[in-house]
Amino acid sequence: MTQIAQVSLRQVDKEFSRSGKPADTVHALGPIDLELRHGEFFAVVGPSGCGKSTLLELVAGLSTATRGEVAFEGKPIEGRIPDGVGVVFQEDASFPWLTVTENIAFGLRRMKLSPQEKAARIEKALAMMGLIPFASSYPAQLSGGMRQRVCIARTLVTEPRLILLDEPFGALDQQTRLLMGDEVLNLWRKTGATVFLITHALDEAAMLADRIGVMSARPGRLIDIVETGWSKDRDSRIVQEERFGAITARLWRSLREESMKSLGKAGAAK
Amino acid sequence: MRGPLLWRLLVLAGFVGLLEVLCLTGVIKPLTMQAPHRIVTDLVAMLVSGALNRAIAKTLGNAFIAFVIAVVLGVTSALVIHRLRRVRDTLEPLFATYYAIPVFAFYPLLIILLGLGDAPQIFIGAMLGIVAVIVNTLNGLDRVPNVLLKTARVNQMGAVETALRVTLPCASPYILTGAKLAVAYSLIGIIGAEFIMSSGGMGYEISFAYNNFDNATMYPLILLILVVSITINMGIARWEKALMARRGLR
Repeated sequence: MTQIAQVSLRQVDKEFSRSGKPADTVHALGPIDLELRHGEFFAVVGPSGCGKSTLLELVAGLSTATRGEVAFEGKPIEGRIPDGVGVVFQEDASFPWLTVTENIAFGLRRMKLSPQEKAARIEKALAMMGLIPFASSYPAQLSGGMRQRVCIARTLVTEPRLILLDEPFGALDQQTRLLMGDEVLNLWRKTGATVFLITHALDEAAMLADRIGVMSARPGRLIDIVETGWSKDRDSRIVQEERFGAITARLWRSLREESMKSLGKAGAAK
Repeated sequence: MRGPLLWRLLVLAGFVGLLEVLCLTGVIKPLTMQAPHRIVTDLVAMLVSGALNRAIAKTLGNAFIAFVIAVVLGVTSALVIHRLRRVRDTLEPLFATYYAIPVFAFYPLLIILLGLGDAPQIFIGAMLGIVAVIVNTLNGLDRVPNVLLKTARVNQMGAVETALRVTLPCASPYILTGAKLAVAYSLIGIIGAEFIMSSGGMGYEISFAYNNFDNATMYPLILLILVVSITINMGIARWEKALMARRGLR
């Protein structure tokens, strides 16, 4: 297994300022140093408001770092969305005026592919996500979970080398989340892409990821990186294993004090 | 949906029936108004004879041009205004009071600026419709979810492509509401301008008939305007409804 970094963050800081004055500046994130290996499944957990989504936006090129450098496959990102990166957001990002097939085809519109190749990729994405019976349905006719599958299919159809998932199952119930987790693991194995998952659910991170980065309260920094040691062919049944509990417990140990801080109750409960 | 439609038809039929009775019993004098059935037969006769086809074509043609200008300029302006916060803050109070401005009062000025042809009338029609389109388009653009804009960026779309492929389709039900209003305002603008100062068109013919107590021409033309306006509005409303239903909004 190769250990070359696909994404690297070096001393990355992110500050937000409403007026541009120093007094108005919020230090949201950093400094962060992180390397994502080719083909790994990396999850980030952290307390609310710690900058998890900001971190994902920096990697996606949707936002620029105030300091430091974010690079994808060795090239600095600098606020430009790189080719080969796909993003799935927490909110429903399906286009309600397009059918499922049209939504998926949307991701391909800039790619120089023959109509046959495009059709084949759409068919494959539909099949992978179990959407063939709904190919001509509109998103409004689908459940929340199905709509999220459409968004994942729209990302997969471009065959990205890096898939960024920003709490993609946040709006789903627990059972659906577990099953969607299985699907994501399955896709990860089939595509060989690197997956970077942002989540607030410790069990989700423990089940899905090879490595889990634990973030501190704002300004978000990585305070722990947990290697799960799962085999690549894992699925949601690992939640029954003793090690799953141990990983979740370790994550919570690292996170508890930080979560207290973000609630303004640091040191209140030992 | 059948219930409200049935009630609407019943109210309309009741109103027309009442007018018919009042006209036939002489409560409303023939010099004031014809019985509704006479208005319909006169309209059919007028259309069959083709006597006013030129006037009808002129008015509807100009209203269509004014409508297209209002929609195209209105949507484009809204897209620009939506991106410029300060411009929007400046213009929004003006939009709110816009329809208090008597645009027709500027007709003489417009004749000086644009000449004696149809241009001043089209200008008035377009000006009346444009603000309804701008306000409704802005309303729709405000409702485009941020996540769709992020998706556009992730898909490496520029500003124009994002507008054409994401924001405008997303805002389309609201744009259609503006278009529906623009149809009515454009017709009002054209017919009103023809009333004031024109040598042709339905507005001119209505005004001429009114001055000559020619009810057999005036009322059928008014009915025709109503029918055209309602038909176009119903067409757009159906389209709007289909778009909303597709999105699970109705």
